[in-house]
Amino acid sequence: MTEALLLNISLAILLLPLLGFVTLIFFGRKIPGSHWLETGIMLLCLLLSVYTGFGKLAYYVGQNLIMEGRWIQFWNVPVLGQIQMDLGIKLDNLTVIMLFVVTLISFLVHLFSVAYMKGDARYTRYFAYLGVFTFSMLGIVLTHNILMMYIFWELVGLSSYLLIGFWFEKKSASDASKKAFLVNRVGDTGMFIGIMILFTHYHTFTFDAIFAQIASGNLPFHSGAWLTAAGLLIFMGAVGKSAQFPLHVWLPDAMEGPTPVSALIHAATMVAAGVYLVARIFVMLTADAMLTIAIVGMVTSFIAATIALTQNDIKKVLAYSTVSQLGYMIMAMGVGAYNYAFFHLVTHAFFKACLFLGSGSVIHSMHHEQDIRNMGGLRKKMPITYYSFLISTLAISGIPFTSGFLSKDGILAGTLAFGSLTGHWLIPAVAFLVALMTAFYMFRLVILTFHGEPRDRHKYDHAHESPFVMAMPLALLATLSLFFWYGANPINPGTGWFLNKWVQTPHTVVPQAQRFDFMKTETTETEVEGNNKAVAGHKVAEAEYITHSEHYMHAMHQAHYPAMILSLFVGGIGIFFSFMMYHWKKIDPDKIAGSIKPLYNLSLNKWYIDEIYDATFIRGTMLLSKFLATFDNKVVDGIVNGTATVTRFISRASGIFDNVVVDGFVNFTAYLSGLIGIFFRKFQTGKVQTYIVMVVFSALILLFIFRPFF
Amino acid sequence: MVQVGLNQFLIVSTILFSLGIFGIVTRRNAVMVLMGIELVLNSANINFVAFAKFGNFGLSGQIVALFVIILAAAEAAIALAIVLNIYKTFATVNVDEIDKLKE
Repeated sequence: MTEALLLNISLAILLLPLLGFVTLIFFGRKIPGSHWLETGIMLLCLLLSVYTGFGKLAYYVGQNLIMEGRWIQFWNVPVLGQIQMDLGIKLDNLTVIMLFVVTLISFLVHLFSVAYMKGDARYTRYFAYLGVFTFSMLGIVLTHNILMMYIFWELVGLSSYLLIGFWFEKKSASDASKKAFLVNRVGDTGMFIGIMILFTHYHTFTFDAIFAQIASGNLPFHSGAWLTAAGLLIFMGAVGKSAQFPLHVWLPDAMEGPTPVSALIHAATMVAAGVYLVARIFVMLTADAMLTIAIVGMVTSFIAATIALTQNDIKKVLAYSTVSQLGYMIMAMGVGAYNYAFFHLVTHAFFKACLFLGSGSVIHSMHHEQDIRNMGGLRKKMPITYYSFLISTLAISGIPFTSGFLSKDGILAGTLAFGSLTGHWLIPAVAFLVALMTAFYMFRLVILTFHGEPRDRHKYDHAHESPFVMAMPLALLATLSLFFWYGANPINPGTGWFLNKWVQTPHTVVPQAQRFDFMKTETTETEVEGNNKAVAGHKVAEAEYITHSEHYMHAMHQAHYPAMILSLFVGGIGIFFSFMMYHWKKIDPDKIAGSIKPLYNLSLNKWYIDEIYDATFIRGTMLLSKFLATFDNKVVDGIVNGTATVTRFISRASGIFDNVVVDGFVNFTAYLSGLIGIFFRKFQTGKVQTYIVMVVFSALILLFIFRPFF
Repeated sequence: MVQVGLNQFLIVSTILFSLGIFGIVTRRNAVMVLMGIELVLNSANINFVAFAKFGNFGLSGQIVALFVIILAAAEAAIALAIVLNIYKTFATVNVDEIDKLKE
C-alpha cells in the first residue's frame, strides 16, 4: 500500500461518479436498469474509499499525501508577473473521513432512491444528477487548492439547483431551485473575492503554500486586517452553502426536491461543505474572524431552532434542525473546537441522513403526506423506520451512547471553554438553550409522527413498511449513529480513536498579534547554563511553545464534565416537556402558543425573514430593474429610434436627389445624345450623290476659308 | 487676236469639271453618272496637258494624261459591270433608290 496507490485510488473515486453521470445522461435510456449501474458505481466508490481510508489511517496517519500537476503557466501576466496554477489531490485524515462519509451516504441514498423514485418520468436523469453531485462533492473534499475547491463548489451549487428543481413542473420547486442558486451566489461572490485577495498577494491557490507564507510572516498586503478580510470573505462561501444566517433562507425551501436528495445534499454532504471549507482555512483565521464566525453560527443555530419549534411539515422541521446543527458546527469552528466541529459534521451527516431518509420513508408510505398533524401512530406500521428514526433523534438530542452525545458535548464544552477564556458567555448560554430546543422539537416530531392515535385514519390504513432497499439504509445509518464507531468510551470521546488519532486541531499560522489571547505563544525565561563561562548566568529567552490546542484543550478538559451534565439536563428537560405536551397531553401546546402569541407567530412565520428580504432586496431589485427597463425603453430606445428616424429622413432626401438630380442629369445626357444623333442622321442619307455634293461644297468652303494662302 | 494661254485652258477644264460634277450630282441614271465621271477625268487631263505645255515639266504631263485615259477606259469597263450587277440585284439603275449604305 504505497502513497501513489492511495492517491490513484482516490483519483478513481473522484472520476467514477463523473463517468456514471456521462454514461447515464447520454445512454441512460438505452441501458436497461441503468440506475443499478450508477448505484453499483457508488458501491465501488464506497469500497475504494474504505480501502483508502484504511490505508491512510493505518499507515500514513501522521502525514499528508499530495499529488499535484501543473495545470497552467503564465510567464508574464500584467501586474501579477509570473504565475502558475496547479491541480492536485491532498489526502489528509479529514479528506479520507469525508470521502467515506460522502460515498457511504451517497450510496445509501442511491439505494433508497431506487425504490423511492420508482415510476418517475425522469428516473435515469435523476440518477445522473446524483452522480454529478457526488463527483462535485468529492472534488471539494479531495482538492488541495482553493481554486479547484471553488470550481467544485460551483458545480455542487449547480447539481443542487438541478436536484431541487427536479420536479420543475411544480412552480414552488422551480422557484426554490432558483432561490437556492441565487442565495448561494451571494455567498460565492464573497468567497471569490476572498480567494482573489489571497491570490493577488501570494500568486498561488494551493492551501499549503498560502499557509506556509502566512506562517513565515508574509501577510496579504502586509496587514492583519486583510488576513481577517480574506478569512471572512471565504467564510461567506460557507455562509451560503452551509445555510448560515442571513443566507439560510434557501435551505428550507430546498425541501421541494425529492426527499432522498434532501437527505444527501441538504442534510449530510453539501451543506457540510461549508463547515469543511472553514476547517480547511481554519489555520489562517484571525481572532476577529473566529469571533465573527462563532457569532454567525450562534445566531443561526438559535434562529433555526426557534423556527423548528412550530413547523408542521416533517421536512421543514428537519430542514430547520439541519440549519441549527450547521450553526452549531460553525460556532464550534469559531470558538476553536475544530476537532469537535468536524466530529459533529460526521456524526450529524449520518443521523441527519437517517432522519431525512426516515421522513422519506414516512412520506412514501403516507402517499406524499408531509403534515405531521395528519400522521400519528405509525410506530406499529413501520417498525424499522420508527426505531432508526428514534435512534437518530436520540443522537441529535444528545442522549448518551449515541454519536451525537459525544460530538455535541464536545461542542458545548468548547463553547464553555471559550466563554471562560474570553468572557463571551453568551455563546455557551445560547448553545445550551439551542440544545434544549433541539431535544424538544425533535421529540415533538417523533411523538406526533409515530406515537399516539392516527389522526388520518384513511391514510394510516394504507401506510406500510418500506421495501428492503429503503429500510436497509435506514438501519445502517441508525447503527452508525451509535457511539462505538468513534471510540470505545461512550462518555468521553477525547480518548477514542476518532479524535485521539485521526482528527486533531491544527496549529494556527496567524501571527501573534492577530490571535486570541489564549492562543498566544508563551515565552518563559529560563536560565540556561552557557558553555562559555563568560556568559554563564546570562538569561537567554527560550521559547517554550504552549500551542493553541494544548492551552485550549486544557480549558475544554475542565469544561467537559460540567458541559456533559448540563447538556444531559437541558436535553432531559426538552424531552420531558415534549412528552408532557404531545404524549401525555398534560400541557396544552395551543394554550402556551396563545399566551405568547407574538413570539409564536414570529417562530411560525420563520422570523419574517423571507418577508423582510421580499420587502427590501427583492422589491428593491425589482424597482431598480423597472427603473432600468423604463430608462431602456424611453431613453436608450428613444436614442436608437431617433437615430433611425433621422437616418430614414436623410435617405429619403438622398433618394429624391438621386431620382431627380442624378437620374435627371443622366437622362438629359442621353436625351441630348439622341437629339444630336437625330440631327446628324439627316446627313447620312446613304446616297453617294449627296456625299459628293457635300464634298464639293466643303471643298468650296475650305477654298474660301484658306483663300489668303493661295 | 487673243493668245491662247494657260488661263484659257484652265477655264475650259473648269467648265468641263463643273459640268462633270453637275452630271454626277444631278443624274438619276447610273450610266449618266459614269459619263459625268468621264468628264471630270477629261478635265483633269486637259489640266495635265496644259501645265505640261506651259510649265517646265518635260513630257511627264502628257504621259500622265495617257495613263488617265487608259485608267478611264478600265474604270468604265469595271463601272459598267458594276452597274449591270446593280441592275441585276435591285432591278433598277436609279441611284436614288440604291441607298443600302444607309443601313
